Amino acid sequence: MSAEFAIDVRGMTKTFSGRTVVNGIDMQVRTGTVCGFLGPNGSGKTTFIRMLCGLLRPDGGSGTCLGHDVIAGSEAIRREVGYMTQRFSFYEDMSIAENLDFVARMYSVPDRKRAVDESLEKLGLAGRRRQLAGELSGGWKQRLALAACLIHKPKLLLLDEPTAGVDPKARRDFWDQIHGLASQGLTVLVSTHYMDEAEKCHTLAYLAYGNLLAYGSPKEIAQGSSLEEVFIRLMEGSPDNYES
Amino acid sequence: MREHTFFSPARLWAIVVKEFIQMRRDRLTFGMMIGIPLLQLILFGFAINSDPKHLATAVLVADHGPQGRTLLQSIRASGYFDYVRQVSSEPEGEELLSRGDVQFLVTIPVQFSRELLRGARPTILIEADATDPAATGNALASLQTLIRGALEHDLKGPLGYLSPGIDPVELRIHPRYNPEGITQYNIVPGLMGVVLTMTMVMITGLAITRERERGTMENLLSMPTRPLEVLLGKIIPYILVGYVQVGLILTAAKVVFHVPMQGSLILLLAVAMLFIIANLAVGITFSTLARNQLQAVQMTFFLFLPSILLSGFMFPFRGMPRWAQYIGELLPLTHFLRIIRGILLKGNGIAEIRGQVWQIALFAVVAVVIGVIRYRRTLD
Repeated sequence: MSAEFAIDVRGMTKTFSGRTVVNGIDMQVRTGTVCGFLGPNGSGKTTFIRMLCGLLRPDGGSGTCLGHDVIAGSEAIRREVGYMTQRFSFYEDMSIAENLDFVARMYSVPDRKRAVDESLEKLGLAGRRRQLAGELSGGWKQRLALAACLIHKPKLLLLDEPTAGVDPKARRDFWDQIHGLASQGLTVLVSTHYMDEAEKCHTLAYLAYGNLLAYGSPKEIAQGSSLEEVFIRLMEGSPDNYES
Repeated sequence: MREHTFFSPARLWAIVVKEFIQMRRDRLTFGMMIGIPLLQLILFGFAINSDPKHLATAVLVADHGPQGRTLLQSIRASGYFDYVRQVSSEPEGEELLSRGDVQFLVTIPVQFSRELLRGARPTILIEADATDPAATGNALASLQTLIRGALEHDLKGPLGYLSPGIDPVELRIHPRYNPEGITQYNIVPGLMGVVLTMTMVMITGLAITRERERGTMENLLSMPTRPLEVLLGKIIPYILVGYVQVGLILTAAKVVFHVPMQGSLILLLAVAMLFIIANLAVGITFSTLARNQLQAVQMTFFLFLPSILLSGFMFPFRGMPRWAQYIGELLPLTHFLRIIRGILLKGNGIAEIRGQVWQIALFAVVAVVIGVIRYRRTLD
C-alpha cells in the first residue's frame, strides 16, 4: 500500500472548553517527504499532531492517515506511526535497553532482541545500553526517543519539536538521519522553531492560532525573501494576534 | 507608605489570601480537611460502641416448660441478646456460630423445668463466638445476675424453697474459638487485612497518576494498547508484594503471637490473593480518577479510614448501628476479616466462608470495570 499521501485530512478542528485551538485545518503530506510544521508557541501544532495519532479526539474533520480513517482507524494508525513527544516521555528510571525493549514489546516487534540490538547499534548507543535514561544529556535523550519511535518500523514519523534544546552538531546529525529515513519512503511531519531546519523540509505548513496561514515548498513560501521575514509578517498580520 | 523590611503584614496577608484561594481550588484536599474530622466524629461518636448490644443469638429449646420461656425472655430483656433463629439441633446451632451468623447459642436442655422444680440445678448452656473478646464480654458478664433475677419472680410462693441461697440454675458458658479471650488472636490476623488494604491501594493508586505526572502517559497512550492491558499490567506485579506481606504477618502471628491456625493455610492464601487483587483494583480505579499522585494518596485515606473503623477490625462489628454495618458490609476488609478469623481461629472451610468470598470477588470486578471505563485512552 503506497498511497500518494500519507496524511490527507480536511477540516481538522479541536476546541478546549470553548477555545478553538485547531481551526479547520486541511493538510496533505506526500508519502516519503519531510513536512515542516511551523508557527509560534500555542499555535496548535502539538494539538494537530496529537489528533493525527489518536491522542486527542478531533471535534471536527475527516480524512485519512496512512490510508486509515483518521478518527475510526486510530487503533490501526497507532501501530504504524512513530510519535516523538515534545517532552522526553520515556522511563527515566529504566535503562536505555530496557526502554527500547519495552517499546518493542508494546508494538509486538518480531525478533525483538535483534531489533533492540540493531537500534542501539545504529544510534551509537550500544556502549551505554545499561545507562539509565534519566542520566542522559538532552542530545542523547533525543537520540533514544528517536530510536524508540523507529523500532517498530513506522510508516509515518510525527516529531514534536525534536531538536529543542539540542546542540547544533546533534541537530545536524538528527536531520541527516531524518532525510535518510525519508529517502527510504518514510513520511515525516516535524514541528520546529528553527529556520535552518525549515529550509531542509520538502514542504512547510505555517500555523498561527489554530489557522493554517501558509502551505507549500520553502521556495514557494519565501518568494525571494527569507523565510524568517515571511513568517514574522504572517504572524503580525494574523487576525487573532493574541497570547494564549 | 512605610517600608517593611523585616516583616510586612501586607505580604503576610497576600500569602494567606493566596493559600485560601489555592485551598478552595483543590477540592479534594478541602474535602479531606472537612470530611475526615466529620467522618471521625460520626464514627467515634455514634458508630463505635464498646458495649455492643443486640447481638444475634440462636436458641435451642429442648424443654418447653414455663420456666425455660421465662428465662429466655429475661435474657432477651437485657438488651444484649436478640433471638434471630430457633434451631432444632446442636449441629445446626454450631454451624451458625461457625459461620458467624450468630454470636451466641443458648441451649435450654431437655427436662429443664422438671429438674429445676426438683431442685436439681439444671444447666443452661451458652456458647459464645469469642473470636473478638470485646464483642461478647459484657453480654456474658450480665448473664449470671440476669438469670437469678428472672427466676426469682417465678420461684415464689409454693416454689419459694428453691429460691434462697445457691443459684437454682447452673450457668455454663463456653467461649468458643478463643477461650482465653486473648485480644491478639483477634487483632493480629485482622492486621493482615488492614496492612494489605493500606499498602495495596496506595501502590496502584500511584501507578497511573505517576505516568501522567512524569509525562510518560503521552507515550504510553500513543502505543497500540488496551486499557485492560495497562490496568492488569500494573496490578499483577504487586500481587507478589502482597504475598510478601502476607507471609511476614503470618510468620509473626505464628512465632511471636502464637495465634492458633485451625484451618487450611492453602485456603487462606487463596482467599488472600482475591483480597489483594480487590485492593489493587481499587487503587487502579483511584488512579484513573485522581489527577495527580497526591490526590491518589488522599483517596486512599478516604477508603482506609472507614475500612479500619467500620470493618470490625478495631471495634466489634455487631456493636455498630445498622447504618454503619451496611457501610461496613460494602468494604472488602470486613469480609476478609471474617474469613481470616474464621479460618485461623474457627477452622472454617470453604463452605463457611463462601458467602464472604463472593462479596470480595464482586467488589474486585466492580473496581476493575470502573477502572477500565474511567481509563482515558486520549489526553482530552
